[in-house]
Amino acid sequence: MPDQFLFATEVFINGLMAGVLYALVALGFVLIYKASGIFNYAQGVMALFAAMTLVGIMNGQVPFSHIINAVFGTEIHHFGWHVPAFLAIILTVGVMVGFAWLVQRLVMRHLVGQEPIILFMATIGLAYFLEGVSDLMWGSEIKKLDVGLPQGGSFWIEDMTAGLGSDNFYGFFIDNLDMVATVVAALLVVGLVLFSQYTKQGRAMRAVADDHQAALSVGISLNFIWVLVWSVAGFVALVAGIMWGTKSGVQFSLSLIALKALPVLMLGGFTSIPGAIVGGLIIGVGEKMFEFWIGPLVGGATENWFAYVLALLFLVFRPQGLFGEKIIERV
Amino acid sequence: MLDAAKTSDVQTETLLEVNNIEVIYNHVILVLKGVSLNVPKGGITALLGGNGAGKTTTLKAISNLLRSERGEVTKGSVKYRGQDVHEEDPAALVRQGVIQVMEGRHCFEHLTVEENLLTGAYTRADGKANIAADLEMVYNYFPRLKERRKSQAGYTSGGEQQMVAMGRALMSRPETVLLDEPSMGLAPQLVEQIFEIVKSINEQEGVTFLLAEQNTNMALKYAHYGYILESGRIVMDGPAAELRENPDVKEFYLGMSDEGRKSFRDVRSYRRRKRWLS
Repeated sequence: MPDQFLFATEVFINGLMAGVLYALVALGFVLIYKASGIFNYAQGVMALFAAMTLVGIMNGQVPFSHIINAVFGTEIHHFGWHVPAFLAIILTVGVMVGFAWLVQRLVMRHLVGQEPIILFMATIGLAYFLEGVSDLMWGSEIKKLDVGLPQGGSFWIEDMTAGLGSDNFYGFFIDNLDMVATVVAALLVVGLVLFSQYTKQGRAMRAVADDHQAALSVGISLNFIWVLVWSVAGFVALVAGIMWGTKSGVQFSLSLIALKALPVLMLGGFTSIPGAIVGGLIIGVGEKMFEFWIGPLVGGATENWFAYVLALLFLVFRPQGLFGEKIIERV
Repeated sequence: MLDAAKTSDVQTETLLEVNNIEVIYNHVILVLKGVSLNVPKGGITALLGGNGAGKTTTLKAISNLLRSERGEVTKGSVKYRGQDVHEEDPAALVRQGVIQVMEGRHCFEHLTVEENLLTGAYTRADGKANIAADLEMVYNYFPRLKERRKSQAGYTSGGEQQMVAMGRALMSRPETVLLDEPSMGLAPQLVEQIFEIVKSINEQEGVTFLLAEQNTNMALKYAHYGYILESGRIVMDGPAAELRENPDVKEFYLGMSDEGRKSFRDVRSYRRRKRWLS
């Protein structure tokens, strides 16, 4: 097989995997948008917060230690224990549920029936608040996250594929972490779809998304459903936080991955869970392939803008995205 | 008609008691200015009146859906089975057996017809078998829904959506249904059909109805008792048969008059003289 083709295949596969990571972030947006019509600007920061909390718990860090030490003149930073990853993840899920409850209780409940733009601005506020809180709670230095996921290129795949090309082809380089992320994302999506299609609470979630008033009238508690949705979004943020955090360290820039999720959403549609996945894959593959073929012609660095230009095209020609729900309107 | 005679002679238990309530939207707009009404168990009570008279607001004040629209009950009380319910949230009321079918259907458009019906059973905890049995019961009353069970509610016709909304309410096993304007935007023949179904649900399942309607003629044909609302006040009430014969009701709501047509100016002054209770 020609090497050029093999390289392209490698780029394609890596693009798919990068796309999965984008999709993970986009999923959180879709969940909240579907259920409450809120575009949650804080989703990226939630991923950061979740990852920081996970690292903090694993290392036995004392939350708010800087404030505590400043007020009481003490010098405690660590509890002196290490929590195993699995337990720490469960505890972090608990924290995210608590966070969801607080958001609902302190912010969203008071804004019921307000314009979407007001809710959106509330989430912007929430994003900056949460950013500050996570720094205060766990400190602002870059942290290493290791929950035991395999990292680095897969030698097995490299060896298997090395023989395909000529002598200067060394086999596919595929990151183990990306493969884990792909499996996890697939499981997550299957789980979410099953949950929303076949369970009572999932059905109630979709009902709330369609018509708040009618949902209220049949006795669905909006408060409960919204806490549920924000919790699930928090969980998705945690998964995204783990994957991205393991890849590039837990640091402030983690919250910026939210920006990469925007084009994904415009492609896939704000209301579709499969759309978020497919959108993520298209963006991931698209930007890698574009860089591979067109990049050299225009001097490279196309990855930075490709996704956004693609999103713009979609906004012009298909505003609801590939899988977005058609707005059903009877005349 | 026999249905009207039934409740006027026999004294039945009063389920719902609305006592002189006043409702204000957005802290400034006074919509109800003291509305009182009683809903007897097992009856169909009609709440009549024109556009903006306050029918929907009255129903929402009872079911407590007002709060999500920035409205509140500022005076008076709403009692269900003698208990004050005006502080409870809609979910608690549904559990107690009071459910509202909102004006304009409000189906969950992206859910299928069957899923819509199942959301009605959200508050129930009596097991899947009972819910499945009630689903069959609803399909019995609305055979059309069974044919369309797999289609998205948003793509069904107006009449079918009204059936979905009513069937969804029935799925909660209600004692009282607050039915808001079931005739809205439907063909006369369909309206008749819907009212026939209301009547048979009332008779066979023993469900009590409080029915808000603009279609006075139709409502009085099926209801046992009627209240007439005008700009936020009850101006008249009585057994449906009596209201049907009342000359004022005939003139203003049924469009019939013994004295021939009147000019609009006469009507207005006549109306002013004839304000009840205000």
